[in-house]
Amino acid sequence: MQHGESAHPPYMMIWVVLAVLMFAKVGVSLVDMGRGMSIALLVLISLVSAVLVALYYMHLRFEPKKLWILAALPLPLIAILILTVIQEFR
Amino acid sequence: MSQAATMPIEERAPEPGLGIYNLKLGIWIFLLSEVMFFTALIGSYVILRFAHPDHFAAPGEVLNVPLTAVNTFILICSSVTMVKAYAAIEKDDQKGLKQWLLATIVLGSTFVGVQVYEYIHLVNDGFVPDAQAYVESGLAGGPLYSSTFYLMTGFHGVHVALGVGALIFILIKAMRGAYSSQRLGGVEGVGLYWHFVDLVWIVLFTIVYLI
Repeated sequence: MQHGESAHPPYMMIWVVLAVLMFAKVGVSLVDMGRGMSIALLVLISLVSAVLVALYYMHLRFEPKKLWILAALPLPLIAILILTVIQEFR
Repeated sequence: MSQAATMPIEERAPEPGLGIYNLKLGIWIFLLSEVMFFTALIGSYVILRFAHPDHFAAPGEVLNVPLTAVNTFILICSSVTMVKAYAAIEKDDQKGLKQWLLATIVLGSTFVGVQVYEYIHLVNDGFVPDAQAYVESGLAGGPLYSSTFYLMTGFHGVHVALGVGALIFILIKAMRGAYSSQRLGGVEGVGLYWHFVDLVWIVLFTIVYLI
């Protein structure tokens, strides 16, 4: 949080959302909706959960924008890794 | 985490370039190196899984998904208790800090304990990184499955165990009155690490257990 900002994020609300998302993932893995759709949904839910933790529990949302840039530095490298893996199996 | 307006210059003076103090900057850089570390592990797992699908089993066929789902929930709970500990010391609530830290330690230890319990059962079932023993066990998949499973979850488990150790250290210091709203860098640093470990598990649980 920036100087002078005293209100905390809704920690308990985030916790409930994370728990619901976690059990939703288990539900998705049990439902037969096709492997591609299932993987896409699971990855999406995981990304949303991870972003919630980073933004609210690690307080990234309230940090200076320069830290956002620093935190995003590995993302291009992760993208390269994913693209390389996809190329491998085309 | 937040920078209280009242923070003393000696501990939490913002670093001129990024506008955050040095301890926090150091923790973030360390965490970014950890992102690359776990990305390499996950990337290797994905490559191996696509290249050798016969070595892997369907979700729930070998691994205990319900047990690990509960364990994941425990780790998510530990994240909220950790952030509550930080929120408590921001308000100079010493009792709250100690209580929430203790809750986080208990939850983190439970996570590690359940993981050990899971490992023991898996090894007893023959889910071991040894080709001959794996074939003899009659389990679906192959030894590549068990090797990658233990590597990824094991490295994460070590991170959780180290985090519990750091939390115990912080709790001992808290009991000696080392932290206040003016001096909470240690709580913040360990908190960032703990949330990161939680974040990584959210991804690992999906990739290793559900996909």
